[in-house]
Amino acid sequence: MITQMLFRALDRKAIWLVVALVFIAVAIPVANLAIPEGNPLHLPNYMVPLLGKYLNYALLALALDLVWGYCGILSLGHAAFFALGAYAMGMYLMRQIGARGVYANPVLPDFMVFLNYQDLPWFWHGFDLWWFAFLMVLFVPGLLAFAFGWFAFRSRVTGVYLSIITQAMTYALLLAFFRNDLGLGGNNGLTDFKDILGFNVQAATTRAGLFAASALALALAVIICSAIVNSKLGKVMVAVRDGESRTRFLGWRPENVKLFAFVVSAVLAGIAGALYTPQVGIINPGEFDPANSIEAVIWVAVGGRGTLIGPIIGAVLVNAGKSVFTGAFPDFWLYCLGGLFIFVTLFMPKGIVGLFQKLKPRKGKEASSAAEAGEDPSTLPQPKPVPEPAE
Amino acid sequence: MTDKSGTMLYLNGVSVSFDGFKALNHLSIIVHPGEMLAIIGPNGAGKTTMMDIITGKTRPDDGEVYFDGRTDLTKLDEAQIANLGIGRKFQKPTVFESHTIWDNLVLALKRPRSVLAALLYSESPEDKARIEEILETVRLTARKDELAADLSHGQKQWLEIGMLLAQDPKLLLVDEPVAGMTDAETVETAKLLKQIARTRSVVVVEHDMSFVRELGTRVTCLAEGSVLAEGSLDQVSANPIVIERYLGR
Repeated sequence: MITQMLFRALDRKAIWLVVALVFIAVAIPVANLAIPEGNPLHLPNYMVPLLGKYLNYALLALALDLVWGYCGILSLGHAAFFALGAYAMGMYLMRQIGARGVYANPVLPDFMVFLNYQDLPWFWHGFDLWWFAFLMVLFVPGLLAFAFGWFAFRSRVTGVYLSIITQAMTYALLLAFFRNDLGLGGNNGLTDFKDILGFNVQAATTRAGLFAASALALALAVIICSAIVNSKLGKVMVAVRDGESRTRFLGWRPENVKLFAFVVSAVLAGIAGALYTPQVGIINPGEFDPANSIEAVIWVAVGGRGTLIGPIIGAVLVNAGKSVFTGAFPDFWLYCLGGLFIFVTLFMPKGIVGLFQKLKPRKGKEASSAAEAGEDPSTLPQPKPVPEPAE
Repeated sequence: MTDKSGTMLYLNGVSVSFDGFKALNHLSIIVHPGEMLAIIGPNGAGKTTMMDIITGKTRPDDGEVYFDGRTDLTKLDEAQIANLGIGRKFQKPTVFESHTIWDNLVLALKRPRSVLAALLYSESPEDKARIEEILETVRLTARKDELAADLSHGQKQWLEIGMLLAQDPKLLLVDEPVAGMTDAETVETAKLLKQIARTRSVVVVEHDMSFVRELGTRVTCLAEGSVLAEGSLDQVSANPIVIERYLGR
């Protein structure tokens, strides 16, 4: 049965996506490390973690698309799961510093010495072990999603109400993580990382390895999501998105279907966050900012929800745009982002992927089922043939 | 009151009110196994509310609702009731428009409904054969790979009936199955429902009198939440109260 599932997961589109991701997992490190400086194909050192960060965002976007695009749950708090995974990784990295901190305390991280902690708080135990920390990367976001989803979906909270409480969830976590007495570095978060699995996090080779890990994690997530959306469960998810009460009268339990999708999505978002921390070098409560979650929704919308490749394209393009724009016109980026969201909502309801699907002749099932993103065509403006926006 | 053993559906003294408005007022209806019952009545008579109560969407304020003579439906939710073997077709055709016709039937097919079972499901030859058979019955074989959104109104109604069959229910609740259908389609639908009623209990709510005549079955007329008259269509439509309250208007 499992092999059947894998077979189904790897339809042609997913295979190409996975192949492309594996290719860049090799190509980018090679371009950075093996090709000498001065060669036009050489990739400068600063680019590697930057591209790695885009792939982490792409994984967050893919996770969000699994619940929003396929299951109709518009989560405006997905950055919370990302940040929790990032913090779990950050705690591991803090413990790896050991006695090399400013205060040279062999057990306590610098901020704890500064705040007069005598002992390591109980929840920090175990994070010196990589396997425990990696397990927590999956477990903590998953547990939060399970607890949240259990109550929300069982009480049949849907639509905009659900979006608002996901937003409240991430905001509550933002406020909690800002507190110094939570024992997670407060305002400053966790930083000054030294080693990951014994390798120096600053070294070009480690960064290349982290990039490759990001690309492979994304490829694995594509396979997992593809297996889910191509299974009968994936069809039930779309059915829940389009007619929740109808699925109930067919004997399905939408609350369980949504809970499953939500937990899987949160775990994927946690993995994305865990890979993000060592590449960026810091994790602080700002990552819980509700605006981050909303930005992730924009990536998915721009790329095309209800497809696997859409959110990846959207996340990479919007973030590349952000890097360029915030460099060139720092004051205007937020206006551009807002304008982009309005533009996409009005003129490209199926995102960039939708534009390509329009170019191809519509052939039955495949093209349109992916394109159908839950709107009733009669109530939404039809997409006009507009040129792709310059990102 | 009356004995509920040997009944498929047993409603006794069911009342429900919304903001003081009595949608159902001591409604009592019995459907036997393998029997078809047509329900007619003016708008607001409580026909849809009755279906909501049977399928667990609405809880009655008072009264008994039993399925198969022994299961108390007022204690169960929609999914449990559906899995007991009660299928419902809605007034407005509700099929999954972004799925193909085939996939709509796969989703309805009576198979384990857990998340894990759905994740690991693969279509067995028996399942395929069953779906082919249903497609044949509802005449959608040629269009099985098309999106349900592309079907005509009447074909959506048929697809929904096909989904009901795929659920393999003991009791079918069919709300206005011929709304928006051509005369020819209406006749075909009546034939189909009669065929289904040979092995299952069917409750049909319908306004179209010629269709009800086509069904040729026991008729119950509802008004203001309770039973106004019962019997054959001729008996019911000859009833002076029915004429005054429903047909005459």
